Amino acid sequence: MSGDDLLVVRGLVAGYGAAPVLHGVDLTVPAGTIAAVVGANGAGKTTLLRALSGMLRPLAGRVALAGDDLRGVPVEQLVRRGMAHVPEGRGVVGELTVDENLRLGGLWRRDRADATRALDEVYQLFEPLARRRRHLGHQLSGGERQMLALGRALVGRPRLLLLDEPSLGLAPRVVAQTMALLRQLREATGLTVLLVEQNVRSALSVADQGVVMALGRVVSTAPAARLRDDDDLRHAYLGF
Amino acid sequence: MSATRAAAPPRTPAPDAGPGPAGGRRVPTLLRHLAVAAVAALLLTAVSYGLDPFRNFQLATVAAYLCATAGLTVLTGLNGQLSLGHGALMATGAYTVAFCQTAFLDAGLTGGWWLALSLAAAVLAALAVGAVVGVAAARLRGPYLAGVTLAVAVVVPALTVTFDGVFNGEQGLSVPVEPPPAGLGPYFPYERWQLWVAAAATLLALVLLANLVRSRYGRTFRAVRDDEVAARLAGIHVARTQVLAFVVSAAGAGLGGALLAVLAQSVSPGAFSLTLSLFLLMAVVIGGLGSLAGALWGAVLLVVLPDLTHTLTEQFTLSPAVAQRMEGNLPLAIFGVTLIVVMIAAPGGVQGLLARLGRALAARLPGRRRS
Repeated sequence: MSGDDLLVVRGLVAGYGAAPVLHGVDLTVPAGTIAAVVGANGAGKTTLLRALSGMLRPLAGRVALAGDDLRGVPVEQLVRRGMAHVPEGRGVVGELTVDENLRLGGLWRRDRADATRALDEVYQLFEPLARRRRHLGHQLSGGERQMLALGRALVGRPRLLLLDEPSLGLAPRVVAQTMALLRQLREATGLTVLLVEQNVRSALSVADQGVVMALGRVVSTAPAARLRDDDDLRHAYLGF
Repeated sequence: MSATRAAAPPRTPAPDAGPGPAGGRRVPTLLRHLAVAAVAALLLTAVSYGLDPFRNFQLATVAAYLCATAGLTVLTGLNGQLSLGHGALMATGAYTVAFCQTAFLDAGLTGGWWLALSLAAAVLAALAVGAVVGVAAARLRGPYLAGVTLAVAVVVPALTVTFDGVFNGEQGLSVPVEPPPAGLGPYFPYERWQLWVAAAATLLALVLLANLVRSRYGRTFRAVRDDEVAARLAGIHVARTQVLAFVVSAAGAGLGGALLAVLAQSVSPGAFSLTLSLFLLMAVVIGGLGSLAGALWGAVLLVVLPDLTHTLTEQFTLSPAVAQRMEGNLPLAIFGVTLIVVMIAAPGGVQGLLARLGRALAARLPGRRRS
């Protein structure tokens, strides 16, 4: 384990009820990189993110963020340590305005001035949100909700962003924009991203590292470019 | 809920998409609320001179109920926790004020400020009980939460009968309250003084609550109500927020109960039955869940409806037994029917309806552009 690895996962077992979904996942994400977790339906991708962000208590295994063991740390504390989870279905509060939703992401921060700065940066990043500041969360379009969820995570200035299916239900152009934005954020702020995607092609196009999951295990980890070109792996696990 | 949704567009008077919260800030929220409270205090003082003693007393009762309904609307409307036990929290405040006032009188401590201290003690007692119930409540959802709070509503009045050595059973306790200060003159009506006391305490409580609602805590309350998962992922401690909401709400109920006891100069378990808890909940729903203005309408209803039924039953010549039964049950029936009608006709409650009317009017007026 090198000092530059932001996220280190060893032997992670997690699931719902008695039956585990993840059967010992090993994963390493270096700081300042984008890792894309790909795999078929039911491979355990979403469960992995839920176990990492504390939404789901792992049954066994070790998760470390920047060397800190995260065992037993509750969700709201993980957020404070820099783990931001944008769940599938976005997790936007429908009855709060765009502005209130975004501020929610920075409420826990002691550095009020920087929280305000982060808020302004998010508004610059997501122009449509700035125009719809006063609108309620449930009045937004799918793409805008995605932006809002991402923006709320960014207001907390996370070290690691866990993104679940950001492309779900979005137009291809919006997906491309989102992916480009992740790249841009990585360059600008050194953000580390763990991305779960069904849309394998676009995920691998933006990622540095590709992680292939099948039946609750990581079956292959490789640079994203190589994974894109590896026909055997693609056929076997990704189906195209 | 729908009341807050209905009220959302007009509460955004800032067309400036300024650089940030610190940048283009208007009148600070606290100052605005204090100004409203000052105007309300002036109006109430003026009104208190114009009304006859009975109306003054009724208005004071509205003020007392308003504390409780405002607290309940913060809990149920803003934080989404249902409480069927706020009548019991009011009882906690009421009995505390009875004990304190009696103790102060026995110790020979007289003067207006001791009443304020008693009220503060009542708030603290309700706060403590609210914290205990709140910790349990934070673990429960939906019908289970309703069940636990219902149990509180039933148990607390029963306790007063079980330990009748302390609480004097069904008879209850008397609450010694001083006459108005001599400085107001020898013929100052007692009911006017009661209104002043109740209104002062209530306005103070409302200013505090209004600020809380508008603060970051209000925002976290609503976030937790709408989407616990999203709230947790935003770094909000959900259980802690729920307990806080319960404690705040209990403090309001405690003050309301204490004021009622001071107004009646007595306290008995019959005044804080399960029916009261149900009435409170219906009142905030009819008034408009989630808004303090809605809590005001609810409090007004709580005082006006029983009065109305009393007048109604007087119209008919009934045998005393029937009249008594009618008077006991008619308010509940009327409240229930009103609740159903309001839910069908105006899901946002009275306040939601008013907000809608106000916006429709504003849209009609040619000179005023909607912001």
